[in-house]
Amino acid sequence: MRAELPRWVDYGLLPLLNLAAALVVSGLIVVMLGENPVEALELLISGAFGFGEAIGYTLYYATNFIFTGLAVAVAFHAGLFNIGGEGQAYIGGLGVGLVCLALEPLPFVLVLPAAIVAGAVFGGLWGLIPGWLQARRGSHIVITTIMFNFIASALMTYLLVNVLIRPGQASPESRVFADHVWLPQLDEIAAGFGVDLPGSPLNLAFLFALVACVLVWVYVWQTRAGYRLRVVGQNEQAAVYGGIEPGRVVMVAMAISGALAAGVGLNEIMGAQHRLILGFPGGYGFVGIAVALMGRNHPVGIVLAAILFGALYQGGSELSFDMPAVNRDMVVVIQGLVILFCGALENMFRPALARLFRRPAPAGAVA
Amino acid sequence: MALLDPALILSLADSTIRLATPLILAALAGLFAERSGVVDIGLEGKMLGAAFAAGAVAAVTGSAWAALGVAMLVSVGFSLLHGFASITCQGNQVVSGMALNIMVAGLGPALAQAWFGQAGRTPILPDEARFTPIDLPFAQNLAEVPVLGPIYAVLISGHNILVYLTALLVVVVTYVVYRTRFGLRLRAVGENPGAVDTAGVSVAGLRYQALVVTGLLCGIAGAYLSIAASASFVRDMTAGKGYLALAALIFAKWRPVPAMLACLLFAFADAAQVRLQGVALPGLGPVPVQLIQALPYLLTILLLAGFVGRAVAPKAIGEPYVKER
Repeated sequence: MRAELPRWVDYGLLPLLNLAAALVVSGLIVVMLGENPVEALELLISGAFGFGEAIGYTLYYATNFIFTGLAVAVAFHAGLFNIGGEGQAYIGGLGVGLVCLALEPLPFVLVLPAAIVAGAVFGGLWGLIPGWLQARRGSHIVITTIMFNFIASALMTYLLVNVLIRPGQASPESRVFADHVWLPQLDEIAAGFGVDLPGSPLNLAFLFALVACVLVWVYVWQTRAGYRLRVVGQNEQAAVYGGIEPGRVVMVAMAISGALAAGVGLNEIMGAQHRLILGFPGGYGFVGIAVALMGRNHPVGIVLAAILFGALYQGGSELSFDMPAVNRDMVVVIQGLVILFCGALENMFRPALARLFRRPAPAGAVA
Repeated sequence: MALLDPALILSLADSTIRLATPLILAALAGLFAERSGVVDIGLEGKMLGAAFAAGAVAAVTGSAWAALGVAMLVSVGFSLLHGFASITCQGNQVVSGMALNIMVAGLGPALAQAWFGQAGRTPILPDEARFTPIDLPFAQNLAEVPVLGPIYAVLISGHNILVYLTALLVVVVTYVVYRTRFGLRLRAVGENPGAVDTAGVSVAGLRYQALVVTGLLCGIAGAYLSIAASASFVRDMTAGKGYLALAALIFAKWRPVPAMLACLLFAFADAAQVRLQGVALPGLGPVPVQLIQALPYLLTILLLAGFVGRAVAPKAIGEPYVKER
């Protein structure tokens, strides 16, 4: 059904057109708020990329989007729609936080791998259960992952209010981790090498996110397991004929997906907040869906889309300083519109583009 | 045992009805979309958008009915957008719903801030601009009658008109879905759109009609939240009710009356949760409030896993229909 397009149109022009459409509609809403949309766009871009600190923040937010985008993409290659990135990131962050709290006396080099493993295991399990339910009990993954988001949220509220709360404190958050187990910020690392980077919460998790991109690329396109993943995603029956057990692939894919989403916990809990707090995944899991779709489920595309959304976050908060009518809520609106146009309406311009770029039909072929 | 006090049971049942009303409306709304084969996780967003529209219009015009009308229009508009994305453009329906939810979550507070300058909420409404409780005839006189009197006075009487409308709508929707030609086609198009197409009925047209009904019902649900249950729109006031309604719908295997019962069950859990705070159950000790809040979601998972019966969705759900050439 999908009209054939040249690759550069499919992967470049079409997403750009969709993005432009989302920005035009956002501009109209900015007008409704009584502000100048062109000025708003300029402030947004300079707020995201205009100075060193801004770029640091943009990449710090992008780190979260890379992790959740990869999470959605891996599940997607297996034909699964993982809406549970939010809950998986939350529970993954719990694993990271528990390790930081419990292993505090140990040196950083021991705590770090333990935190990564704990985060991945916690997040992975939170993905694996819906995967198991889908594979063995036939429950639909979209609904179960939504339910698991709510359960994760209730569980974390319970733990933070009743169990992990810092003694003698009213607000539901854990005590702050000892500072030697914090993920080092990139400006601190660079300073160690004598390089001066502007200060921002951008931390080691960004590099881990890039490593995760490479690992996902290797896994999906260079390994047997990745091949099985894609076969199941494209044609489950063919997979069965080929001797692949789809149920097993589904469970593995969801576990990996959840483990990737847990990277948000690493960036937020160990890298920026340095304590367990309520609601730190703040919608990153949902936006990951858009990041994966815009990035065409490929790590390179995901990094680019993640930077776009990171810029929207960072530029948006700068924008709200200068233009109070266009506040953080407006950033959420723009996100929603980008998801709408780049995700749900991605085929809107396709027929028109297909007419424009129609390749000459081979001689004798029926049009 | 204080839990068995009749007055307490009655007030618990009373708040159950209040809390269930928007859930029932949203579940009925979802029923039309999903029976037609269109997944709708955007119930949340449509409800929230309608809640904002109702709060804003009631604040400006002072008319609850005008507010209800505009809320329904706004909600239908969002529904048609979802239809355009998922029927005409054959886009991903789940993504479309998510996009709507995210967009509206920001749009309401942003517009409320810009138009009313009240930090993401609409102005507090006077009673004349709201749907306020109605005393049914003789409620006060009959309250003294043992057993039935209080039930009539507390439970049946004293709700706003949207609650009674919802009760009526459950009957109407049941009739429409099972006893009319539209209902027959609706059920057919969600199971086998090809057959409906072969019979000469437009699949796209039917799905758009279903989504309009979804929009109308979500509009009432949203208006209920901002101008009946409370007196203004506040940020994120749907608080997951759209997803909960979807869960109820699955629980009910996409049937109207069971959907209403599931919503009542979920609402009861919600109402009980407030009263169970700090109460220790015999043998169990204090029950965490969060556990009771998560109960509907846990139940839904158990149901979906087939431990509490099997939920079979309309067969063609979630798949764009491509006409054969």
